Amino acid sequence: MVDWGMIANLAGGALTTLWISGVGIAVGVPLGLMLAMTRVSRVPVLSQAVAVFVSVMRATPVITLALFVYFGMSAMGLTLSPIVAALITLSVNTSAFHAEIWRASIMDFPQNQSEAATAFGMSRFQAFRLIVLPQAWRASLPPMVNEMTFLIKSSPAIAVIGVVDLTRTASRIAAYTYDPLPPYISAAIIYAVVVFSLVRIQRLIERMIVHRYGVL
Amino acid sequence: MIEHFARALTQWPLFLNGFFNTVWLCASTAIVSLILAMLLAVPLMSRLLTIRAASRFVVDSIRSVPFLLLAYMAYYCLPAIGISLSSWAAALITLVIYNTAYFAEILRGAWSHLPPQQEEGGRAFGFTGIRLFVHIIGPQLFIAAGPVLGNQMIQVIKDSAFLMVITIPELTFRANQVQSILFVPFETFIIAGCLYWILCNSVEWMVHRLERVAEMRRVR
Repeated sequence: MVDWGMIANLAGGALTTLWISGVGIAVGVPLGLMLAMTRVSRVPVLSQAVAVFVSVMRATPVITLALFVYFGMSAMGLTLSPIVAALITLSVNTSAFHAEIWRASIMDFPQNQSEAATAFGMSRFQAFRLIVLPQAWRASLPPMVNEMTFLIKSSPAIAVIGVVDLTRTASRIAAYTYDPLPPYISAAIIYAVVVFSLVRIQRLIERMIVHRYGVL
Repeated sequence: MIEHFARALTQWPLFLNGFFNTVWLCASTAIVSLILAMLLAVPLMSRLLTIRAASRFVVDSIRSVPFLLLAYMAYYCLPAIGISLSSWAAALITLVIYNTAYFAEILRGAWSHLPPQQEEGGRAFGFTGIRLFVHIIGPQLFIAAGPVLGNQMIQVIKDSAFLMVITIPELTFRANQVQSILFVPFETFIIAGCLYWILCNSVEWMVHRLERVAEMRRVR
């Protein structure tokens, strides 16, 4: 027998997980690119500051970051709602990982192409926008989708600061039905479906890139 | 703000306790999971499709679930089917199961890139079964997968923070305790973040050292 009420509740939680993670990705990817550009620009102080930020963020558990943003910011006089704190947490966390992905693909970029761009009279910014970026994003795409699956899997951290995401919905249902197995297993299946779909999309994108440009 | 840091640091025994709980949880997980992962990598590389598919299914299912959800399941679902565990036992079991799947997948990846001549050569020299794995294949897998295993170790440390929700007094749990006693959350979580940073970088440094040692021995 399927409990449709429970499924509907879980679907609501899953939507919350998805839209908050989605915003995290939408903010984190461009923010990561900005961080990576600052990092490789070798602007004194700023470049080192980004390096430290990325290093610390990559070593901090998402749940610790969530508690820091939610409780720490309110102690500093900036009171945030759980949802806003969750959005900030996931965006900031994932931006550090995307910064490393972007940096790797920018550093791997063949030097001679940048030199050729300079020879054609392009400024550094023009060369970056017209030559580096259109090729670097292709190399970044597979690890980016991989990072997205990691973000989905670490998103339950926001449940701890009170956001009713998929994990928290499951634990609420378990708490009032006294039957923890059905909600937790259903939630696990929903997560698995989301993660598997992302992996599928990643393979599809890889194949499309190989098909269109010959190489990854 | 400096005064707040000083206030948070008066609770250093709590930080230290949390730090060491995180360290030993993660260290024992690493050891046990690596041993289990080596055993699990064998069916993942099996020539028989059914064995391969079955172990693949298990590994992929575990890997696609968030760690926190698995911890909840071990803590709340197992008692429902009659297995009652202490929070520590539930925590360790969750950590070990979750990371065995990850480590096994990493070892399998390294194994599939190992030239088949290695195994053929080993067999030609009379190595079979377990001895073939221990002497010929195993060491090469660890060298090839070293950095990736190191990254996963860092992931273990970060996942262990989730265990605060099942009341394991690890670093994040202790930090949360300190901030609720002293009301200085900003500084407290920065201290916790620094401790995590030290831990993760030590792991990275150790993996790097081991790689160097392995390389030197290989050259000789």
